Amino acid sequence: MARVQQVLALVMIITVGTLLISAVSLTMPTFGSFPQRQIGENMENAIGQQILENAKRQTGAANVVTSVVWGYRGYDTLGEATVLFTAVVGVVMVFRAVRRPE
Amino acid sequence: MAGMTIIVRTIARLLFPFMFLFGAYVVAHGHLTPGGGFPGGVIIAASFVMLILAYGIEQTQKRAGFVNAEVLESIGGLAIAILGLLGLLMGGLFLQNVFPLGELGHLFSAGNLPLLYLSVGIEVAAGILLIFYAMLFASRGENE
Amino acid sequence: MSLNYIIAMLLITLGLYCLLLKRNLIKMIIGLSVLSDGIHLFLISLGYRTGGIAAIVTGETMPGFAASAVDPIPQALVLTSIVINICILALALSFSIYAYRHYGTLNPSEIRRLKD
Repeated sequence: MARVQQVLALVMIITVGTLLISAVSLTMPTFGSFPQRQIGENMENAIGQQILENAKRQTGAANVVTSVVWGYRGYDTLGEATVLFTAVVGVVMVFRAVRRPE
Repeated sequence: MAGMTIIVRTIARLLFPFMFLFGAYVVAHGHLTPGGGFPGGVIIAASFVMLILAYGIEQTQKRAGFVNAEVLESIGGLAIAILGLLGLLMGGLFLQNVFPLGELGHLFSAGNLPLLYLSVGIEVAAGILLIFYAMLFASRGENE
Repeated sequence: MSLNYIIAMLLITLGLYCLLLKRNLIKMIIGLSVLSDGIHLFLISLGYRTGGIAAIVTGETMPGFAASAVDPIPQALVLTSIVINICILALALSFSIYAYRHYGTLNPSEIRRLKD
């Protein structure tokens, strides 16, 4: 990259970093205030509180994170297993093409 | 890829069953303790990688070869789909729970959650081992 | 003003710097990994409750569990994201090995210029 482009990229990264750090320390809810979130105009409990109360009765698993991963959000985990399978197929295919010219 | 000295080979042979057992424990108790299929599968794959590094690729090919890893990964991915279709046929929704819930804290509890984690553990372990084999075969073909 | 959020933003900035200004493919991939680590740290710190316990029901924590446990939803999302990052890393590294075999260099500007 040319010299001007490097200096411009450095300036942009410093700007983005300052913006991120200032946004995170000025406009975030306080660290450790888990259930109280701003929903609409009033402060209500987040959805995680409902899951914590009902997970033992509805799924029967002692680990609440497991019941979220497979019980309440099972489609996301199904998609992730598919992505893992596709990535492994892709890697094997690339290295089969590398081996072929020899 | 040649193996290592006799000290490394002895220790790797002694340590392999314990690493495999620990990975299988993390996979099987996914609904009781932190962990589950994904980290447990990586631990099982790491135990096989330790054997490959200590003994060389030719001797380990006979026990946990390329073809076995491919077949196991497909079985793991198929088991998730079969469990989902079972829930669709007998319950009405995809991935619906049709197994008994059991008591809290026991090993056979929480419906189809342990079965799902078992299939994901097999799939992840075979997948990461397959990635390692593919990269290894490419670099071996370059040196010869 | 807490330390978790500031360190997460610092990690994101460092990852962005490595991704933009380094001239080696492997260093750019390392920057990508640092960037996603910062994002995961930020997501998990969002669900913290002061003086909370882990989200696992045992015999001792049964009464009052729902009033003192941390948020389980960001932990499940970050689990998925870590596995997908492994897949991205594996594919990116295999493509850079392939590019090195074909072009003989790991500089992205030169790989763009040699058109075979």
